Amino acid sequence: MKHIDESVVQRRMKSRIRNNMILKQVFFVATLFGLFFLAVLLIRVFSQGISWINWDFITGRLSTDPDRAGIMGAILGTSWLMLVVIPVTFIVGVGTAIYLELYAKQGKFHNFIATNISNLAGVPSIVYGLLGLTLFVRTMKFGNVVLAGGLTLSLLVLPIVIVAAQEAIRAVPQHLSEASYGMGATKWQTVKKIILPAALPGILTGAILALSRAIGETAPLTVLGIPALLIPFPGSLFDTFTALPMQIYYWTLDSSLVAEYAYLAAATIIVLLVLLFLLNSIAIFIRNRFQQRY
Amino acid sequence: MSALSENQKIRVKINDKEVNESAASEEKRAVFQTKNLNLWYSETHALKDINLEIKENEVTAVIGPSGCGKSTYIKTLNRMVELVPGVRITGEIKYKDKNILDKDFSVEELRTQVGMVFQKPNPFPKSIYENIAYGPKIHGIKNKKILDEIVEKSLRGASIWDEVKDRLHENAYGLSGGQQQRLCIARCLAVEPEVILMDEPTSALDPKSTLRIEELVQELRKDYSIIIVTHNMQQAARISDKTAFFLNGEVVEFDDTDKIFTNPSDQRTEDYISGRFG
Ligand SMILES: Nc1ncnc2c1ncn2[C@@H]1O[C@H](COP(=O)(O)OP(=O)(O)OP(=O)(O)O)[C@@H](O)[C@H]1O
Ligand SMILES: [Mg+2]
Repeated sequence: MKHIDESVVQRRMKSRIRNNMILKQVFFVATLFGLFFLAVLLIRVFSQGISWINWDFITGRLSTDPDRAGIMGAILGTSWLMLVVIPVTFIVGVGTAIYLELYAKQGKFHNFIATNISNLAGVPSIVYGLLGLTLFVRTMKFGNVVLAGGLTLSLLVLPIVIVAAQEAIRAVPQHLSEASYGMGATKWQTVKKIILPAALPGILTGAILALSRAIGETAPLTVLGIPALLIPFPGSLFDTFTALPMQIYYWTLDSSLVAEYAYLAAATIIVLLVLLFLLNSIAIFIRNRFQQRY
Repeated sequence: MSALSENQKIRVKINDKEVNESAASEEKRAVFQTKNLNLWYSETHALKDINLEIKENEVTAVIGPSGCGKSTYIKTLNRMVELVPGVRITGEIKYKDKNILDKDFSVEELRTQVGMVFQKPNPFPKSIYENIAYGPKIHGIKNKKILDEIVEKSLRGASIWDEVKDRLHENAYGLSGGQQQRLCIARCLAVEPEVILMDEPTSALDPKSTLRIEELVQELRKDYSIIIVTHNMQQAARISDKTAFFLNGEVVEFDDTDKIFTNPSDQRTEDYISGRFG
């Protein structure tokens, strides 16, 4: 007996094909929806801000006078933050992932830790701000300096890096490490020469995500009490600083007082986006150089 | 450390020669003596009271139906099996009079002397040259000239030199499956092992590549002791001196290959090689 009745197939064929078409349109509209608002945002930011960007604006000091205000302090502050965040998250994040995936005994405790790291990735950033305030600013008495801000942001994005690195390491085919062990390599040699190079592209993808998040975070910095005042340029880890998102935040707040501040905020957003774009390009460049086939 | 093990290797080689010369036609020395070996994967009792003596410069074939413990056994010989969590081993495996299952026996040293070729060709995602140089490099050889020599010698040893000599710095993944497998054999030779373990090295290859690997094994037997797992009865009969027949984690029969294939003493061996099960 035939299990598939030809006439039923025929009857259903039309509606199946129609559904297929409809869903394609639905997905297309969903994509458009996001793109539309992104475009609106970008157009608005650029139309407001682009004419305010010039050399003096980028290299100048902060000022209450919109025509004389510059954001060099914020650019330096954000750069200093990245100088803390990049090495700390990379070393601690990848180290943790290596330990969890390759050294730690698999079992209940391991699963517990891994699950909690994923959960930490979802904790609101302001909570990290509070943690940073208590731990770095007050207990360790750093004050609201670059180091405190950088470490707070590092904690915030660490889970992202750890999870991405764990997944990248797990995705390295077992037969590659077996080949290495089979020749008498130690675990560390295998990790260094086989597993990490193969996992690096995945790790860098996570690092890009993490960096993009860290560079734009405002909430934890406000909690730490990072000012946007007329302060000297930061020159070391222990200097007070301001950062680009803080600058955007304060100018937007005060745009009800001085209308031009809104344009300065837009101009600063453009600078932030360009900086982000540059950092990501570097990471993508490195990633593509290490991309391997297996 | 590498210098030391180099020296040791040379000394071992010299000793071998003395033994060979003084005992010209006497019995070959044993490389692996397995005594009462038992192995469990958590609950599965995968190897049961294995007693085997594997001789130097011979090809030993390990045959048996799927799941009978062939891979497990040869992975125990270089302790790769310990990478599986929850493995328990009892008994003794002597490699040249030292028990390799001793906790203080270094697996790194063992695996330099006992190389392994896997079922699926598994080159590193690196150039052909770097694949071969990997082993010597991890053992501390940095000199470019020495590395060049090792690479050429190993590739010749695995009879793949002529095919790759003009593309040494291209990615190994550009090679065909059969070439990749010979590259893996060359990579194994580059650390100058004494024993080569092969786990179904031709099961992923076409007949022509299979034949080349079989010829290669015939070449290598002069200088190495080879233990090869295979599902292919003809292959075992063609290339091996001794054959061990495994069934359900036990060695049913271990004897000269000729004997096993013409006149097995156990009914189960006969049933298996004549294709009645497995
Ligand atoms: N990593 C593992 N964890 C748990 N059990 C395993 C593991 N590897 C093998 N086993 C079990 O041990 C027994 C022997 O397996 P083994 O891989 O040695 O068989 P084999 O003879 O090589 O089979 P095949 O011819 O299919 O490769 C089987 O029952 C198998 O299910
Ligand atoms: Mg097997």
